[in-house]
Amino acid sequence: MANIFFLFLYENNLIYCKVNYDRIKEKLEILADAAKYDVSCSSSGGNRKNKDKGLGNSSASGICHTYTEDGRCVSLLKILLTNFCIYDCAYCVTRKSNDIKRAAFTVEEVVDLTINFYRRNYIEGLFLSSGIFKDADYTMERLVRVAKKLRLEHNFNGYIHLKTIPGASDELMREAGLYADRLSVNLEIPTESGLKLLAPDKNHQQMIEPMGFVKNEIVVYKEEKKKFKSTPKFAPAGQSTQLIVGATKETDFQIIKVADHFYTNFNLKRVYYSGYVPVSNDFRLPALGTEVPMVRENRLYQADWLMRFYGFKADEIVDRNQPFLDLEVDPKLGWALRNIHQFPVNIQYDSLEMILRVPGIGVKSAYKIVQARRFQKLTLEHIKKMGVATNRAKYFISVSHSNQHLQYLDSLHLKKVILNETKSKFEKQFSAQLSLLNDSSFIR
Amino acid sequence: MIALLYDNSFEGLLTAIFEIYEYKYTDVKILGNQNTQNDLFGENSLVITNTEKADRVMARIEKQMGANAIRQFLYAFASENEEREVIISQIIFYAIANPSDNILNDYSNPFVLQLSKWVKSVGREKHRMEAFVRFELLKDAIYFATIRPDFDVLPLLVKHFKERYQDQKWLIYDEKRQYGIFYDLKEVAVVTLPDKKMLSKNKETIWHEAEVKYQNLWIEYFDHTNIKERKNTKLHLQHVPKRYWRYLTEKR
Repeated sequence: MANIFFLFLYENNLIYCKVNYDRIKEKLEILADAAKYDVSCSSSGGNRKNKDKGLGNSSASGICHTYTEDGRCVSLLKILLTNFCIYDCAYCVTRKSNDIKRAAFTVEEVVDLTINFYRRNYIEGLFLSSGIFKDADYTMERLVRVAKKLRLEHNFNGYIHLKTIPGASDELMREAGLYADRLSVNLEIPTESGLKLLAPDKNHQQMIEPMGFVKNEIVVYKEEKKKFKSTPKFAPAGQSTQLIVGATKETDFQIIKVADHFYTNFNLKRVYYSGYVPVSNDFRLPALGTEVPMVRENRLYQADWLMRFYGFKADEIVDRNQPFLDLEVDPKLGWALRNIHQFPVNIQYDSLEMILRVPGIGVKSAYKIVQARRFQKLTLEHIKKMGVATNRAKYFISVSHSNQHLQYLDSLHLKKVILNETKSKFEKQFSAQLSLLNDSSFIR
Repeated sequence: MIALLYDNSFEGLLTAIFEIYEYKYTDVKILGNQNTQNDLFGENSLVITNTEKADRVMARIEKQMGANAIRQFLYAFASENEEREVIISQIIFYAIANPSDNILNDYSNPFVLQLSKWVKSVGREKHRMEAFVRFELLKDAIYFATIRPDFDVLPLLVKHFKERYQDQKWLIYDEKRQYGIFYDLKEVAVVTLPDKKMLSKNKETIWHEAEVKYQNLWIEYFDHTNIKERKNTKLHLQHVPKRYWRYLTEKR
């Protein structure tokens, strides 16, 4: 009798587990699908240590644990807490008027998934965002509760990235900053007019407010920490944002200016650019089936890198008169071609700043060059072995021996000469569509 | 030509380098003691690993070129490349001949350049393993993973995993080199596996009952975080080469 009873209980338990598992699985499918258009994957900049036999730490350089079939890094468990939303932003898959399945995780479910994925070394941590249900504070409070539970109840020191909800109270924002490594608000639409068109319920100013708040808090906490060592860290990995590219008519000039503004005035760690993936047949947006502007997105990232690591000013990369980046060549080569009078750069004697500006020389190679040149006169062969893409660099540098490639420097056809010798990963798209490139509606 | 045979340990190699100076050898090469067959007619001398001598070489390297230089030599050693003894010893000779310079910055020197390439590729493999280890929870509460790295990076992984997973027992096993590192909640030890059941095909039988559930949820997540419109197989393969797929829960 007792055995039968036990068996009954056991089976019940199994059924319960099965139902529970199926529900979590469905939620995970819906809420991962809804979160995937947020391209931020970074887990870097955190330096939480694992003290007192807790779980996890954050590696300063960040780790990509796997890559999706679209080649993007998977570093964090990136999900929405819910895809119920009171807003109706045209570009967003979660918009109120979209007829899709809705779901919501409980706080416990998110914590359990994060911990169990982390223990298996699948992820660096959690990236939690959410649709806005009820109001800003109600949503933000739940996001904060997940982070708080992970930190305080589970002694979790992995990476936590929280979305800040515009309009949430200062207290909640402050609490979020104490538990999270990074905070972000996605501006999504770079221009005010674009935002008005596509997300009439949102307001540009209100979206930027939380960024100002986070920036100031970071400064305040850093100052405090100088005085009192026990002061906790506030969002130690800083804040980031995302701009959707190609949903509205904004130019690269406008996008880069916005990014530059965020980097200089809000100390943002990263600005992400996300080529618009058509999710709606709204007349205000590119039609379903329109190709994702991946080349343009790539060029914008290259431009971003030039600003952050190569000492370029936004104005040098694009200007009002030529507001779009050249899709055919990378922006550094583009700058060099427009500024031939600055070349050739002498590898042996010129400054690190100028060497960084040579097409084909990356940051690491530039440093290697200035270290190695103290030992001997460098040749093209030397710098090629150090990792320089000499097929581009050779047209722009002078070395101790004569460099016959310099004869092309003043040639009108330099761009063509270089393009003939290099192989772009985007070549296929260009050869098929080259004639369309002059049409400004293409890919924009 | 005298061949110095050492025990294939990093300390052994440094001992051999010390003895080249100690005994003023001129025509000499250093060989791991498995590679003796190619030197039937030469004179062999067995190097007994001596931590005191190794430490003196290490101290000299560190004093002249910093702690980072030791790291670079360790990485190069983990490459298991048959040239590693030649390159490492040549660089140390070069450094001792130029005591006032940090010659590791001289990338126009072919030995230094080769060293920097090994540091790069071994470093990348180490980083890959920090990313690609997939623990499976066993019935006896050990998180277990098998790997097959291109280089012998397991010793370089100890620090990372020990700092990260302090409240769970874990074991990472290198299938190719047949040894593992095991953390028992206190220390990390190098272990071999007497019980090969953990490596057998039907290892599901030793999994904890919750294991399948989380593996499946992870696979679901992996599929649903992909954007189909952006499919880019070439980039995917570049980041996750096929040889690692066997060990990745989401790619098996």
